[in-house]
Amino acid sequence: MRWPGRSSPSGPRSMTRRFVTPEGVDLRLELASAGDRAAAFIIDGALIVLTLIAVTVLLLFLMIATRGRAELVLIVWLLGSFVLRNGWFALFEMGGRGATPGKRIIGLRVVARDGARLTGGAVLARNAMREIEVFLPLSFLGYQGSQGPADGMLTLFALAWTGIFLFFPLFNRDRLRVGDLIAGTWVVRTEKRRLADDLVAGVERPRRAFSDAALDLYGVYELQALEDVLRAGKEDAIAAVAAAIRTKAGLPDEGDDHAFLQDYYAALCVRLERGLLVGRRRADKFAKT
Amino acid sequence: MSALAAAAGPALVNATRFRAAHAADWERLEQLVARIERRSIRALDDEELLALPLLYRTTLSSLAVARETSLDRALIAYLEQLSTRAYFQIYGVPTSPWRQLRGFFARGWPAAVQALWRETIVAALLGIAGAIVGYLLVRSDPGWFYGIVGEGMAAGRDPSASAEKLRATLYDGQGDMLATFATFLFTHNAQISIFAFALGFAFAVPTILLLVYNGLMLGAMLAVFVPKGLGVGFAGWLAIHGTTELFAITLSGAAGIRIGTAIAFPGRLTRSEAAVRAGRSAAATMGGTVLMLAVAGLLEGIGRQTLLADGARYAIGLVMLAGWLAYFYLPRRRDALAGPL
Repeated sequence: MRWPGRSSPSGPRSMTRRFVTPEGVDLRLELASAGDRAAAFIIDGALIVLTLIAVTVLLLFLMIATRGRAELVLIVWLLGSFVLRNGWFALFEMGGRGATPGKRIIGLRVVARDGARLTGGAVLARNAMREIEVFLPLSFLGYQGSQGPADGMLTLFALAWTGIFLFFPLFNRDRLRVGDLIAGTWVVRTEKRRLADDLVAGVERPRRAFSDAALDLYGVYELQALEDVLRAGKEDAIAAVAAAIRTKAGLPDEGDDHAFLQDYYAALCVRLERGLLVGRRRADKFAKT
Repeated sequence: MSALAAAAGPALVNATRFRAAHAADWERLEQLVARIERRSIRALDDEELLALPLLYRTTLSSLAVARETSLDRALIAYLEQLSTRAYFQIYGVPTSPWRQLRGFFARGWPAAVQALWRETIVAALLGIAGAIVGYLLVRSDPGWFYGIVGEGMAAGRDPSASAEKLRATLYDGQGDMLATFATFLFTHNAQISIFAFALGFAFAVPTILLLVYNGLMLGAMLAVFVPKGLGVGFAGWLAIHGTTELFAITLSGAAGIRIGTAIAFPGRLTRSEAAVRAGRSAAATMGGTVLMLAVAGLLEGIGRQTLLADGARYAIGLVMLAGWLAYFYLPRRRDALAGPL
């Protein structure tokens, strides 16, 4: 139970979810936000329409070139548009990447919520539901367009009803579409990172030493904020942080902010890690030492 | 402790020691995973395939240790994304499309249909009830016909049509554009089948309405043909493809009903568990009905237009029905390895 206004350690709106592998390690998957999902869908939609236009133009040329084989061309078009509409998402997601081109561009992937293999049945289920999420509202809109405003209230009701399905991901914590709910899937972010350099190793000069009092100022949260500052390498940020630490610890300013921060980072890291070894994780500067 | 760290003086923090000891394994795993992601698992040779799970477990245990002993956030983030990518390549990838297809036809589809037997009976009864009501309504007052069957759908086959005209719709082949007609019927019906499945999510109510309406239209059409003495001919006209097509619509309706009832009445499971359990097998059924409708489209567009005798139409219709029933419901050897689709 989460109370309003009370924040859990990961934050109330965190998109990180527990995902324990069979080996028993939590991979902490990051779910895709509604914006990511919408962007991926728009890309896919555009690609579908473009493909349809390209195929149609190609078939028209074929029809003109072959003269009279209109029937065959029409059949190919009918089947092609059916496969495009119903198969685009399902076929791509059944492939090894678990993602449509739009999802790949945004960096998303469909995953079974229980961590098992993504089965064909699950992919079919989640994509058949697009029928009521997307095509139903679209067809009501089209109907309204063709009928004029006569059935205004009816159309409004229909739009509101289908809107529930369309905006379903916004109404739940895990950003599940109706299709995800039925299929037992969710969509996660996939990112590729390179291993960043070690901040502590490779320093040849003698390090500064800090008093216990100076190192007791901060916890893990501040240490990792300092790590971000060092990795980003922005001069003004480094100067500001170095000045803040010196003021707080009562240290004199000897110049060379970057080396100072490197040494402070290493010393603080060693001290906090020593705490970890005996089971004391000092979360932030407010925690007791 | 490796020589590298020793050369630079004693390593200060765990992350440094840890990187020195395992970074080579992580990088090797990263290379393998990147190659699989670019192409497929076939991009690896035998030796690399054997190494993959070992490297994955090494990296995963590195991640577990790093979380507890190291405060280097970049290192943990790197190991998290690498483990996740490797996990999905090892556990999350579906089996090859051909094996999936074979499993679907050999076990998955019949099993999914069998699991829906209650809903299938309900869906069939709803359709039949709709047909009876439609028939009785139109017989009692032909005006009902226009309320049930749309103008485009009826295409002149309404209560005011003459017997000759109705007979012509049953036995005169359209001649040209047969295959196009068949394709159009298939895509249209398949779309309705998917729709009937998806609408089940709204507690099955729209699916039930769709099934009843389908029955009403059938009954109304029957009420047009039977009084003119064309009942047997109309049934034959319908049977050749109708046994397959109506069966498919009934099955996808049953799949929709299963989803709706699983969400409305989850029983001992949580609502989302019930939805997932119902959704996956119902979707397999629905995927199969698209295939059935392709067969029905062929029978309707080509078979019906070339076979004009009632007997042949009935024969094909009944053989198809018997074939589907046997395929779905005949008990078969249980396979110990059979997984849910």
